[in-house]
Amino acid sequence: MAPTSHDVGVFASIPALLDRNAQRFASKSAYREKEFGIWQSWSWVETKEEIEALALGLISLGVTPGDFIAIIGSNRPHLYWVFPAAQMIGAIPVPIYQDSAAEEMAYVLDHCGARFVVAEDQEQVDKVIEVQDRLSQFEHMIYLDPRGLRKYDHAKLHEYSHVQAMGRAAIDELMPELKARKAKLTQDDVCVMLYTSGTTGKPKGVVLSNRNIIETSKNSSEFDDLGPGDEVLAYLPMAWVGDFIFSIGQAFWSGFCVNCPESPETMVTDLREIGPTYYFAPPRVFESQLTQVMIRMEDAGRIKKWLFDTFMAHARKVGSKILDGETVNGWDRFKYALGNLFVFAPLKNSLGLSRVRVGYTAGEAIGPEIFDFYRALGINLKQLYGQTEASVFITQQPDGQVRSDTVGVASPGVELKIAEDGEVFYRSPGVFEYYYKNPESTASTKDAEGWVATGDAGFIESDTGHLRIIDRAKDVGKMEDGRMFAPKYVENKLKFYPNILEAVLFGSGRSECTAFINIDLNAVGSWAERNNIAYSSYQELAGHPKVLESIRAHVEEVNESVARDDMLSGCQIHRFVVLHKQLDPDDGEITRTGKVRRRIVDEKFADIIAALYDSSDEISTRTEVTYEDGRKGYISATLKIVTAKTVTTAAPKAVAAE
Amino acid sequence: MTDAQAAQSTVSADGRTIGEVVMEMKNITLRFGGVVAIKDISFDIREGEIRAIIGPNGAGKSSMLNVISGFYHPQEGEVFYKGQKRPSMRPFEVARQGIARTFQNIALFEGMTVLDNVMTGRLNHMHTNMVQQALWWGKAQKEETENREVAEKIIDFLEIQAIRKTPVARLPYGLKKRVELARALVAEPSILLLDEPMAGMNVEEKEDMSRFILDVNDEFGTTIALIEHDMGVVMDLSDRVVVMDYGRKIGDGTPDEVRSNQEVIDAYLGVAHD
Repeated sequence: MAPTSHDVGVFASIPALLDRNAQRFASKSAYREKEFGIWQSWSWVETKEEIEALALGLISLGVTPGDFIAIIGSNRPHLYWVFPAAQMIGAIPVPIYQDSAAEEMAYVLDHCGARFVVAEDQEQVDKVIEVQDRLSQFEHMIYLDPRGLRKYDHAKLHEYSHVQAMGRAAIDELMPELKARKAKLTQDDVCVMLYTSGTTGKPKGVVLSNRNIIETSKNSSEFDDLGPGDEVLAYLPMAWVGDFIFSIGQAFWSGFCVNCPESPETMVTDLREIGPTYYFAPPRVFESQLTQVMIRMEDAGRIKKWLFDTFMAHARKVGSKILDGETVNGWDRFKYALGNLFVFAPLKNSLGLSRVRVGYTAGEAIGPEIFDFYRALGINLKQLYGQTEASVFITQQPDGQVRSDTVGVASPGVELKIAEDGEVFYRSPGVFEYYYKNPESTASTKDAEGWVATGDAGFIESDTGHLRIIDRAKDVGKMEDGRMFAPKYVENKLKFYPNILEAVLFGSGRSECTAFINIDLNAVGSWAERNNIAYSSYQELAGHPKVLESIRAHVEEVNESVARDDMLSGCQIHRFVVLHKQLDPDDGEITRTGKVRRRIVDEKFADIIAALYDSSDEISTRTEVTYEDGRKGYISATLKIVTAKTVTTAAPKAVAAE
Repeated sequence: MTDAQAAQSTVSADGRTIGEVVMEMKNITLRFGGVVAIKDISFDIREGEIRAIIGPNGAGKSSMLNVISGFYHPQEGEVFYKGQKRPSMRPFEVARQGIARTFQNIALFEGMTVLDNVMTGRLNHMHTNMVQQALWWGKAQKEETENREVAEKIIDFLEIQAIRKTPVARLPYGLKKRVELARALVAEPSILLLDEPMAGMNVEEKEDMSRFILDVNDEFGTTIALIEHDMGVVMDLSDRVVVMDYGRKIGDGTPDEVRSNQEVIDAYLGVAHD
């Protein structure tokens, strides 16, 4: 039943895989969505019918081969179906981040010249209508949820189910056309275009071919032995390449079921109900889950707390070893089994991770503490390193070789090479075709032989062959005295504390390092509650002397640990401020995937950075903020500059003696 | 407004259909002992409109709403509902006629989950008796499934799926208000009475609630009568406004008319600048 490698040449596109699945897996569930409190499901046969109805409807709306169809909304089966529907009629699907402001959307829609937009609901429709005058090629919009849209002018607006009905009505007339278009699809045709959020400049449209997606899906599915019996929960943005590979590429290749949550808020409950076997989450999600567990354990009774602490300590000792199949003595195994009965199994169950066979985290470095916690519970959590340009996979960790400080070995079919300046290059069947309407960037990223620059600096460990990433290549700099400056390394160490949500380090070309810190409102808020500290706003809590004190303790611990690294000991933090606002993608300070945009932070908070270096005690500042609906406002604050203790490394012997 | 005007249905600027008069208050006077809470007030509510009753504290707004909901019986005056004079009724009889309400001070069952609270709103649509329901057999089972479906649609509409199984006592104030609205909506009322739906809410919660009130009116065509203190909200939401002061009606009309009514300005809104 399972797909074979042989299928690669035979099935040249996602629609071809759809036909195969409708035959091979027929009545097995392909998509599920919770609606009105019940999991509704569609088998592969039903999925095919729905997708074809939509495709026929799109033909009768006038979609021609080569048209771009933008997809805006949260993870819902109907929106996933737009991808194969568009592909089978020769159009190119372009998913767009649904939390983008209208302005950002306008850029992408205009850049690809989308003639058609499929939007989830009134909110997304409104955003497109707001900017439609600037979009010369935009013609029709299809919406999924009719709520609130009845009174809108329907000259350019169509309801999703009506488009499908239109397609079903014209089935006899248009089916030959659909079949003809589908038959023309080859491996070289464009499969999807994804916009990278990009930490610098405007988003770039990454064009991925059918070959890219199908080869990558095949390789990665085989790597982890994914099959039709697996279940995933689709909750990450559809515009992100990872979600496209997991919920479309691998799902169509392996024939597993994609489950869509009821709403973003019910994610946790839905996760528990589905119990996915294949699970992906960025470190942020694992962090906040762990924070939640710890907060609740703080409030638990004494016996429960004792049970948890005792068995978790044991699990940290032997849990990963058992998972990796190493030898562990009988008594320890027995104790672990006991712990599993009382603590681990119920905990995994309440986290919805009981059935996870393959779990991945990527995007950012994950704290070793956090990583080990999940591994200790017996969850096979691994790391991978990837990019949109690579159709995700560059390196990943094979079962049994999992460590928190590397990103694994080259994925099947991927070649790696490290340039002289430390930048990582790769070449693989998943390497993108080109950046849409941007030959300069294509040329500077991908060379004639197909090697792609990742923009990350790293090295390959000689003994294990694992790749280690240090930082973004362009962020790695030199301090005034020539010592190496790698901000991410220090920031990650800071972010591993539950109290710290985000950190930004400064120091390139300067004599000392300083930092911005964002507190985690959940963790610090709960701590404040337990300690009877009253606060009325994020800003007030962030400026509370006791909070500053505890953050300083974290910074000093990080300084000690950084000082131990010979290469990076110069990156100790001398002074820091706890910011009065959270860094926010709406303000452009971080990307939609949560990466800091250093240049924008440098510009926007120039006054605070200056104050960090001119020995002031505090700084009054006024910051522009953007609300979700695009309106602007200002917040003013006086921030205290805190000095942290550093370890002198000029006399390393003294440190060692401490 | 003349009767001829009232009889014909109109389409408002945003495309909603405002129909005929569904409820009419004629010369209502309500006394508690020697205190006159409402003095000779007449106004009407038309089908599909959002009708606001505003006024300073103690003006008699809540009393007025209680007259509509059948909780108070006015000593003088008559209430016409769908063209018929309404006899003196008890609140549950009024509810059966299709009038649902929410309360100024939230009146939910704190220990029950959101879903159970919402389901209580379906009471008037249940026809099986207690024994049948306890055995949960045949008709009772089918009936519960049907009612649950209505409840789930409203839960989806008001976006409270995430708290479906949460006991109400654990919810913040703004969400409790939304649950109360959900319970009123599952009764599938033709008139919905809202007693200060935004009291005590922050700006964001108010915006959410306003959006829901407009959506309810738009999507289900429910006629809404609401009391509200927040003037911005009232003026934005309502089609017509009744202004009360010391139990008297001092203004009645569109938000613009009311805003420019001198008596209203003096009594309630304060003196207008420039």
